[in-house]
Amino acid sequence: MKHNNGSRLSGKWRISDMILYVLIGLCAAFAVLLLVSIIVYVLMRGIGSVNWQFLTTVTSVRKGTVGIAGNIVNTVMIVILTMFIATPVGVGAAIYLNEYAKPGKAVRIIEFATETLSGIPSIIFGLFGRIFFGETLGLGYSLLTGALTLILMVLPLITRNTQEALKTVPNSYRHGAVGLGAGKWYTIRTILLPSSMPGIITGVILAIGRIVGESAALLFTAGSGKALPKTFVAIFPKIFQSGGTMTINLYLSATSEGDFDTAFGSAVVLLVLVFLINLVTKRLAAKYDTQRAKQLPCLHG
Amino acid sequence: MTNKAKLHIVESAAKYIFTFCAVLAVFAVCSITVYMIAKGTPAFKNVGVSELLFGTLWKPTAAEPSFGIQYIILSSIVGTAASVLLGVPIGLFTAVFLTEVSGKRLAAVVQPAIELLAAIPSVIYGLLGLMLLNPLMYKLERILFAGSETHQFTGGANMISAVLVLAIMILPTVVNVSASSIRAVSKELRAASMALGASKMQTIFKVTVPAAKSGIMTGVVLGIGRALGEAMAINMVAGGSVNLPLPFNSVRFLTTQLVSEMGYAEGIHRQVLFSVGLVLYVFIMVINLLLLKLRKEAVENEA
Repeated sequence: MKHNNGSRLSGKWRISDMILYVLIGLCAAFAVLLLVSIIVYVLMRGIGSVNWQFLTTVTSVRKGTVGIAGNIVNTVMIVILTMFIATPVGVGAAIYLNEYAKPGKAVRIIEFATETLSGIPSIIFGLFGRIFFGETLGLGYSLLTGALTLILMVLPLITRNTQEALKTVPNSYRHGAVGLGAGKWYTIRTILLPSSMPGIITGVILAIGRIVGESAALLFTAGSGKALPKTFVAIFPKIFQSGGTMTINLYLSATSEGDFDTAFGSAVVLLVLVFLINLVTKRLAAKYDTQRAKQLPCLHG
Repeated sequence: MTNKAKLHIVESAAKYIFTFCAVLAVFAVCSITVYMIAKGTPAFKNVGVSELLFGTLWKPTAAEPSFGIQYIILSSIVGTAASVLLGVPIGLFTAVFLTEVSGKRLAAVVQPAIELLAAIPSVIYGLLGLMLLNPLMYKLERILFAGSETHQFTGGANMISAVLVLAIMILPTVVNVSASSIRAVSKELRAASMALGASKMQTIFKVTVPAAKSGIMTGVVLGIGRALGEAMAINMVAGGSVNLPLPFNSVRFLTTQLVSEMGYAEGIHRQVLFSVGLVLYVFIMVINLLLLKLRKEAVENEA
C-alpha cells in the first residue's frame, strides 16, 4: 500500500500512526469476519434441515413432518397486505410533500412526524398495534392486525425513498408538461411517477425486507399461528386469524420450544431471503444512478 | 358536466387524497403518543410514581405484588451505554477505513459486508448469541464465580451477552452515518493539513473526523436509539430476571420486559407494562428531538 504520508518525508514512522493503522484495519476486518462467520455458522447448523419437505409442509407430530410452510405463507400474506396499503399511502405522502405543499410549518410538521415514526422501535409499534388494532378495533391476534401495525412502521421508508426519487426528476419535465397544458395530476401520473419508478420500487423492496425480518412488532399483533390454508379460497378468511411469520417461528423454536433444527433451518431461509432483497435493491440503485447521470445534463441544459 | 369541470374535480380530488396521505403520518404519531400516555399513566396512579419508578422489587404475580421497575430502567440505560461505548469506536474506525484508508477494492468488500450485517434479522442475532455467546459466558462465569455462595448462576444468559449483541447490531448504523459524513468533508481541508506536515493519521483524527463531528454524533444517537429499542435479540440472550445491571447478572430491559410479559399480564401488572412502554417511549422521543437538533446543526454548518 502506498500512502501519501507526510511523516515519511522526515523518514520515520510515528508509532502512534502505526497503532492507529493497525486498529483501523482490525475493526474493518472484524466487520467482514463477523459477517462471514455468521453466514458460515448458520449454514452449517441449518442447511441440513432445509429440504423440500421443510419448505412445503407444516410441523406435525401425527404426520411426522417438520416444516415451516405455514409461516412462509403468513410472511407472504403480511407482506402483501402491508404493502397493498403502505405503498399508495407512502407514495401519496411523498407526492404531497414534493409537488403540492409549499415550504412552511405544515411541511415541517409532516416531515418531523415521518422522521419520528421511523425512529420508534418496533416493540412500541407492537404495543400500539395490540391495544389499538387488536383491542380497540377488536381485530385480535390476526394477520390483519399485524399488517396494519407494520403499515405505520414502513410508511416512512416508502415516503422518503419516493421523495428522493421525485427530487431527481428535473424541473424542466414539470414545466414542459404544464406548458403543454397538462394538469398537475396528469403530470404526476404520466411524467413524474414513471420517471421516479426505480426509486419507488427501491423503497418498496426495502420495506419488504424490513417486514420479512421484523419480529417484535408482530409477536403481539399477528400472533404465532402455524396452520396452512388447505385450499386457495381458505387464504382469505386467514386474514382474520393468528399467523406467525418465519421470524416469529424462529424465535419460538429457539426459546420456548427448544427446537434448534427448525430455528436454524428458518435462519437459513431468512438469510437467503434478506440477502436476495439486498442484492435486488443494490442492482436497482445502480441502475437508477446511471439513469440519473444521464438526466443530469437536462438539469442545466 | 363539461369536460373542464370534470377535470377540475379530478385535480382537486387528487390534491385532497395526497394531502390525506401526508397527514396520516402526523395522525399516526399523535395517536401512538396519546395511546401510550393514556395506557401508561394509570399504573403511576395505582402503584405510586416513586414506588413504580424507584422501587427495586419486581413481583407482579405474588400474593402481595410489587411493581418496582428501577432495575429495568437502569439495565436499559447501562446496557445501551455499554454497547454504544463498545460499538461506536469500532464503527468509527471502520468508517475511517472505508473512507480514508482502504483502496476501492478493499472498500468493495467491507461496504457490502456492513450492508448485509444491517439486513440480518434481529432474531438471527439472538439465535447466534444464544448458541455461541451464552455457553462462552457460562464457562467464564464458572471460572470467575467458582465457590461463590452469593452469585446466582445464569448459565451465561447475562448483561455482557446482551451488550455484545447490541454492539454488533448498532455497528452498521454507526458505520454508514459516520462514513457518509466523513465523505462530505472537503478535500481542501485534508490537503491543507497534509501540506502543513501532518501525517495521514494526524489529518484523519485531528482534522477530518472533528470536521465530520455533527454527522458522526447523528450516527451515535441513531445507534443509541437502535440499542435502546432492540427487543427480540437481547430477550434471547439476557436471561430475564429483574436484577441490578451487573456484567454477570441475568437482566431485564424495558423492551424485553414487554416481550416476555405482555402475552399473559393482567390487571395492574398489565397497566405497569404499559408504563414500562411509556418510559421507553419518552426515552425514544428525547432521542428523536436530539436528532432533530443535530440535523439542524448539520444543515447550518453546511450553510
